[in-house]
Amino acid sequence: MADSGVTDGFEKTDGIERAKSEGKELTKEEKQRLRKEKKQQKKNKEKKDDRASQESGREKQGVSSAASAPQPSAQSAAQKAPSAVPAPVPVAASEAPAPAPAPADKPAKSKAELKAERRARQDAERASKHGKKGDPGQPGAAGKPKAPTSELQPVVKRLPEHIQVDNPDVLKKLAKKLERQQIPLRLDYGYKVSLFSHLHQYSRKAPLTQQLSIPSTVIHPAIVRLGLQYSQGIVAGSNARSVALLHAFRQVIRDYTTPPNEELSRDLVNRLKPYISFLNQCRPLSASMGNAIKYIKKEISNIPSQCKEEEAKSKLLHCIEWYIKEKIILAAKAIAESSIEKISDGDVILIYGCSSLVNHILCEAFEKSRKFRVIVVDSRPRLEGREALRRLVQRGISCTYVLISAVSYILPEVSKVFLGAHALLANGYVMSRVGTSQIALVAKAFNVPVLVCCETYKFCERVQTDSFVSNELDDPDDLIVTRNGRTQLENWQQEPSLGLLNLVYDVTPPDFVDLVITELGMIPCTSVPVVLRVKNVDQ
Amino acid sequence: MNEEELVEYFRAQVGKDPDMASAVAAIRTLLEFLKRDKGETILGLRESLTWATACLKGVDSSVAVSSGGELFLRFISLTSLEHQDLSRCKKVMEERGELFLEKISMSRNKVAKLCHTFIKDGAKILTHSYSRVVLRVLEKAAAEKKRFSVYVTESQPDAAGRQMAETLKKLNVPVTVVLDAAVGYVLEKVDLVIVGAEGVVESGGIINKIGTYQMALCSKAHNKPFYVVAESFKFVRLYPLNQQDVPDKFKVRRPFSLFDGFPSPHSDVLTGACFPSQYKADTLKSVKNLSEEHPIIDYTPPSLITLLFTDLGVLTPSAVSDELIKLYL
Repeated sequence: MADSGVTDGFEKTDGIERAKSEGKELTKEEKQRLRKEKKQQKKNKEKKDDRASQESGREKQGVSSAASAPQPSAQSAAQKAPSAVPAPVPVAASEAPAPAPAPADKPAKSKAELKAERRARQDAERASKHGKKGDPGQPGAAGKPKAPTSELQPVVKRLPEHIQVDNPDVLKKLAKKLERQQIPLRLDYGYKVSLFSHLHQYSRKAPLTQQLSIPSTVIHPAIVRLGLQYSQGIVAGSNARSVALLHAFRQVIRDYTTPPNEELSRDLVNRLKPYISFLNQCRPLSASMGNAIKYIKKEISNIPSQCKEEEAKSKLLHCIEWYIKEKIILAAKAIAESSIEKISDGDVILIYGCSSLVNHILCEAFEKSRKFRVIVVDSRPRLEGREALRRLVQRGISCTYVLISAVSYILPEVSKVFLGAHALLANGYVMSRVGTSQIALVAKAFNVPVLVCCETYKFCERVQTDSFVSNELDDPDDLIVTRNGRTQLENWQQEPSLGLLNLVYDVTPPDFVDLVITELGMIPCTSVPVVLRVKNVDQ
Repeated sequence: MNEEELVEYFRAQVGKDPDMASAVAAIRTLLEFLKRDKGETILGLRESLTWATACLKGVDSSVAVSSGGELFLRFISLTSLEHQDLSRCKKVMEERGELFLEKISMSRNKVAKLCHTFIKDGAKILTHSYSRVVLRVLEKAAAEKKRFSVYVTESQPDAAGRQMAETLKKLNVPVTVVLDAAVGYVLEKVDLVIVGAEGVVESGGIINKIGTYQMALCSKAHNKPFYVVAESFKFVRLYPLNQQDVPDKFKVRRPFSLFDGFPSPHSDVLTGACFPSQYKADTLKSVKNLSEEHPIIDYTPPSLITLLFTDLGVLTPSAVSDELIKLYL
């Protein structure tokens, strides 16, 4: 049985190699066979290891080094099991050697019956496995003993992989996952400051698309384009990124056809997963994008199975349009209306960077003939304030432009500070462009009210109290500046003790924020969990 | 019921029971208005109720009246009005109105029950101006045989603090009237500060008689607890960022004179004994330059408040927003 599997595999691997090199998407069967082959190989190895370990004596389950052989296979099996429908084949193959003739049987029984069988078996196995294994995501959790999971419910939360870059096991798992989804792995660039070594740092000069082969049928071209726009910074800003993402998904859904014997609700979600990994590799997803993706996945999986494809597709397109309209466009209108009450004649308003929402509010207020002037604060290396300045001056609003180093100089003139947000965390902290918390701090010291404008779709369940744990590192080469033909930092990589740090986000505590304006109304910063609770009840 | 009748009824209600909060009087008036209304549709009913509230706000522009009116409207319409028959709907609304009135007439006692335990034996309390809720709390504490002494600020321009002192003397509580300017001086002697509120805003801050903000700042500097006692119908959907952000209509009021025929010359400004219409609306209309007027209320931000005692429970300032969301959304 093992032999037949291996010889089968040999023929098929050639085909698979060819397909891979051509960048074609592996058909389901090919993927299944690849997986089965790997399983068999592992099983053979495992049999040998088993004998060895039994002689040396069984070690504690929790110690990672031994990580007794069934565990990695069980884990990887569990990993793969939730991923795709074809997964039941390897699980069944590894756990029940008797039905090895299953592949041979396949043409005999109908596929649907087999699938149902496998699913039932898979569920039973998963139930028993939950008693056996610990946290599935942390094989190398720094040697920490795994919790006795038979009593505990799986309450242990998995750390997202994008903040565990210095953990080689997590990197390996990521590489495996990307390989399976046929997405190239983007390599980190340059020396990372040690405090932030747990985050990715990519170079803009090496976009992910260079490693994709042409033509690539794995990833939809709209997504490839979007990924490139993200990584090069052409599409930047929380709202812009979410809207672009939703538009790209609309294109994907339009071009999608359900393969035979597949359900749209399950297959489409699986189709989206590699796209999301790809976009994540191009540029880490923002909180707003995460919420949008959650919404789409929920909508897709709620499509009833008897729905015809055309109907389902139009329904999904409609859902996406509704989301954009209600959560972004109409929300901006509602927020502008509430904010205009807070802008009185003679106000001097300070803004930082370029927030589409704040710009919209100021333009609306100007339309409603409020008399105010704006101070735009900007900072390197992005210099986004210039874009905001351009937009406001075009409307005729009188503006002043300063760099962030002059903020304490200019603040005595200011009557209000309007800030945009990238995300609002569940403990009331505001995550926004780096420099925002600085401005909020200085404004607090001068007793100037700080108002944060944020749509509710940017509220996220995460909790963070500092800017280190989860952040984004931008290209360090952006900090290099050339003046008079001389670039001092040209060879910064050669300097062993020099590191360049280009942070993108920072986190502002709620004590510095006086008011948060959302489309649900004006709330204090500490009431964000209330809104999240109300939203969850609604859904 | 037209505007005149409405105002008449309101004044009558206030005159009947000077101890009643003006918001309660307003709600009684609105309930009466509802009963007498001859509208044909629910929407028409709602509109006329909104109009009636606006009329009452024109008479007495305190925060409590506006908040009370809005809450009343929300409370009665927060039920299923799916009945076919308009009269049945009206009946449901009236019943809920009565229920609401009943609840809020108990609110002061509930607040007193919660707060009096925070007054320990031998405590020295500082309070500001004349507040019926604070009076109720101190009455309850005295009834529990607690021994405490009270410092009251004079609270110009209407010297309402003196009235508070008179009432407390009748309860046999040792009381001292201090100048408004002496708050910092006296704070080192006191153990806690209790004030009432005209309105509780969304941020958890309060709107109260002028001088409260100063008192709160001084208590913060001295690390003395600053407690606020307020009924839940005073919760209002305002969010002032600073003193300037409070709407002018709340700030401008004059101590009334004997011209309007009200019995007690000491009726206070704070808890809204009815003002004759010729003063309230007049002040707003006649005074061109409001910068000459002196504000009669101020805003105390939530960072200076330790706890709020309401009939919904003992709340921290950040929990006020939570409660408001529950009440209004």
